[in-house]
Amino acid sequence: MLNAALRLNSHLFDDDVEQIAIRSGFGDGLVRAGETSPLVVVLSGDLTESAQALAFKKKFPDRFVELGVAEQNMASVASGMAAMGKIPFITSYAMFSPGRNWEQVRTTIAYNDRAVKIAGSHAGVSVGPDGGTHQAIEDIAITRVIPRMMVICPCDAIEARKATEAAVWTGTPVYLRLARNKTPVMTTDDTPFEIGRAQTVWTSAAPTVGLVATGALLHKALLAARALHDDGVDVEVVNLSTIKPIDEESLIALAKRTGRLVTIEEHQIRGGMGSAVAECLVRHFPVPMEFIGVDDRFGQSGTPEQLIEYYGMGRDAIMVAVHRVLER
Amino acid sequence: MLLTGHQRIALEAMANAIRQSIIEMLVSAGSGHTAGPLGMADVFTVLYFHTLRHDPSNPAWEGRDRLILSNGHICPVLYATMAHAGYFPTEELNTLRKFGSRLQGHPHREFLPALETSSGPLGEGLSQAVGMAIADAMDKKAGERRIYCLMSDGELEEGQTWEAGMLAGKWALHNLVALIDRNNIQIDGFTENVMPLEPLADKWRAWKWHVLEVDGHNVAAIAAAFDEAKSVYEKPTMIIAHTIPGKGVAEFERDFHWHGKPPDAEQGEMALRELRATAQQISSEPE
Repeated sequence: MLNAALRLNSHLFDDDVEQIAIRSGFGDGLVRAGETSPLVVVLSGDLTESAQALAFKKKFPDRFVELGVAEQNMASVASGMAAMGKIPFITSYAMFSPGRNWEQVRTTIAYNDRAVKIAGSHAGVSVGPDGGTHQAIEDIAITRVIPRMMVICPCDAIEARKATEAAVWTGTPVYLRLARNKTPVMTTDDTPFEIGRAQTVWTSAAPTVGLVATGALLHKALLAARALHDDGVDVEVVNLSTIKPIDEESLIALAKRTGRLVTIEEHQIRGGMGSAVAECLVRHFPVPMEFIGVDDRFGQSGTPEQLIEYYGMGRDAIMVAVHRVLER
Repeated sequence: MLLTGHQRIALEAMANAIRQSIIEMLVSAGSGHTAGPLGMADVFTVLYFHTLRHDPSNPAWEGRDRLILSNGHICPVLYATMAHAGYFPTEELNTLRKFGSRLQGHPHREFLPALETSSGPLGEGLSQAVGMAIADAMDKKAGERRIYCLMSDGELEEGQTWEAGMLAGKWALHNLVALIDRNNIQIDGFTENVMPLEPLADKWRAWKWHVLEVDGHNVAAIAAAFDEAKSVYEKPTMIIAHTIPGKGVAEFERDFHWHGKPPDAEQGEMALRELRATAQQISSEPE
């Protein structure tokens, strides 16, 4: 059942559950961050509305920089602004930032020890009709290998808002991974959030499999958990929105409680969140694992729902993976 | 303000001493770049001993001018100049490129916090300098301190420098002064053979920069160019400094093979002999 302590959205299993784009929660968080700290500035690469910097721009026009289509410059300009005491957020699509500008992010931000926040919208295949060029499914891998970088993939718009506000104060570079499309709102204003803390969102008295999800696919994991319960299989579902620093303690405890894991992410299986979980557990408490994610392929055009199903990341695929890991 | 004869001779003597340090460092390190550091010794000398507002005893001073070295591979000249300016003992220079040294093969501010940026990968310094200048413009501090960025000519082939150049022009960042070390060489040969950059001044003018060209070995001309930049209130300034790679050591001059290799002990001795002879001449010049 849902973990009552997290004060989740009581309607999250309803067919008409409220749906808001995760990226728009980031946009709300950006305005709040701007209100909280006069040091927050926002940089845009010709995607101001789409990458959700517009509300900030309207409210704080003097703290907004439009750089044109130039993501490499954007990363390094932000580094320079951080050197003068600013807390810059750079906004674009994940494919271009931190995709195209990866080396600038590595050298001028992380190596340089500048606390720039990188907001990558349009992550995952659920970008939909734009097709594979615009669907970043390698971004977790390329950011989590960078020293000092924190990597956060919020599960819904409300968590994205909280993560954005929290990112202001880390003193480190942060990558915020954001999705384009409207997805179910699972948390509420009252749900606690802390960077680096995994949360058990679905509990069972005697779980036999742990599901670890990041991003909007957490909802699919919950749908799978409920259906599995009806089939007599009890699982536990964890929201791992902070991928780095990874919550080792919670993951080890989960592995000990359940003995088997399935990881769920809208990202390449190779190098993604599941890999990060495996790196942790192999060292501390190895258990059989299955990985839900994109299996070494590129995306394509389609509706978000079609693509989630096609690449094997929907509710039924998660249930199959649970049965597979139970057979091992 | 024009330099007095005494100031000019003092700067020339300092540039000579810095060149000697560069040779000693490179021989001791056994690897590193020779041509660029020697070629930029005069520019660095003018900056650290004439133009920059800085305090070597308090590198974190908020009001200091910022100096961004974009082409980090010429760091021997940066380190040598900083040591002579008093940031750290000159004895430390012979630790260049060695394990545990603060003087990393390419500048790393985690090891030497007095550096404004870490650098090495080309084409990224101007963007950071532009970011600093924008931050100061936002805070109405553009009149309080200036942002200087030193670049190579070869690194202009990186598209990012053009992205940064356009943005600086758009913001009319008059608190930003960049300088290109126009020595016409890069690793694979002469720049105009590898990838033609000319007409270089026109390119920067097209991005709305105020452009100056100077003899990069004439300390008085270099100082005058930086002074002129201070009087330009509607644009960023780009100084194209024409330099001779390997300047000061006849055998190294104008030869792109010296871009990325150090002198051996014998070549180092030869270079030092020549530089010491030049030092004698400088000290006997009339003021």
